[in-house]
Amino acid sequence: MDAKQTNSKQGFQSLGAYLRILLVGALLGLVLAKSEAATWGRVHKMFRFEEAHMYLIIGVAIAVAMASMWILKKLNASSVGGDPIVYQPKPYHKGVVIGGMIFGAGWAITGACPGPIYAQIGGGEWYAAITLVGALLGTFCFASVRSRLPH
Amino acid sequence: MKDFLLDPWPWWFSGILIGLIVPLLYLLSGKAFGVSTSFQELGALCARGRGPDYFKSFNWRAGLWTVVFAVGIALGGFTAAFVLSRDGIDFLPASYHSPGGVIRLLVGGFLVGFGTRYAGGCTSGHAINGISNRNLPSLIATVFFFVGGLAVTWGLGSLLF
Repeated sequence: MDAKQTNSKQGFQSLGAYLRILLVGALLGLVLAKSEAATWGRVHKMFRFEEAHMYLIIGVAIAVAMASMWILKKLNASSVGGDPIVYQPKPYHKGVVIGGMIFGAGWAITGACPGPIYAQIGGGEWYAAITLVGALLGTFCFASVRSRLPH
Repeated sequence: MKDFLLDPWPWWFSGILIGLIVPLLYLLSGKAFGVSTSFQELGALCARGRGPDYFKSFNWRAGLWTVVFAVGIALGGFTAAFVLSRDGIDFLPASYHSPGGVIRLLVGGFLVGFGTRYAGGCTSGHAINGISNRNLPSLIATVFFFVGGLAVTWGLGSLLF
């Protein structure tokens, strides 16, 4: 068995795939910061209904992503690595509602959903590292109480 | 052109680029767009095969790409703030650079981590990737992201901000 097969069996990606993922991530981080979707004031004004900026960004993003997925399906496209492009539906459970509300509350307080947390840190906003520590603590807490939560 | 790139980017340009992340990530890596799984991956890396099942049964090798993606996002944030802007980007208001701000970020961050993992996704995995793939639970999740955010902003806003 060659190295590539061993890697894929364990779940690792190839070095090239990691590089491509890094670049797509960099494009995302660039846009999140430049669009000010990672800026607290913009998120606050979204929840205050004071400006449409964030709603328009999210709306256009969904429309473009939806059209892209439609095209990819029409073309029966596969990834560079030869994998079929298949969306795995995320199932409904009570956490979608309860967890969704909890996340929304955190988004309003910190002004950052997960992507912007990383973009803020990279952009030199060191206080966002506290947001990340909080998020990891929240993840650890969720991991330890998960079996007792309604699903 | 130079001014366009250095100024804050307009909503239509930003929206198009964020939307294109979904097909780009599928085409270039076969991965579904989502950021908050990186929290589970970081937890699994810390737990090192022990601890709660949520970390223990997670294949950290298969999930490693989420951290690579997160590092990429940080590199993009760096480029935006230090290369493609005139004098940096103010992400957080000055009032957050205080002991009170630290508490707000820690508590708020906790809610982001707990909530996204309980909901099974965040703005990227549910709102953008999920809705664009016509996944109804993702639409429900997104509605409740706003229920939570609006409740805090309008209910506790005078206390918090």
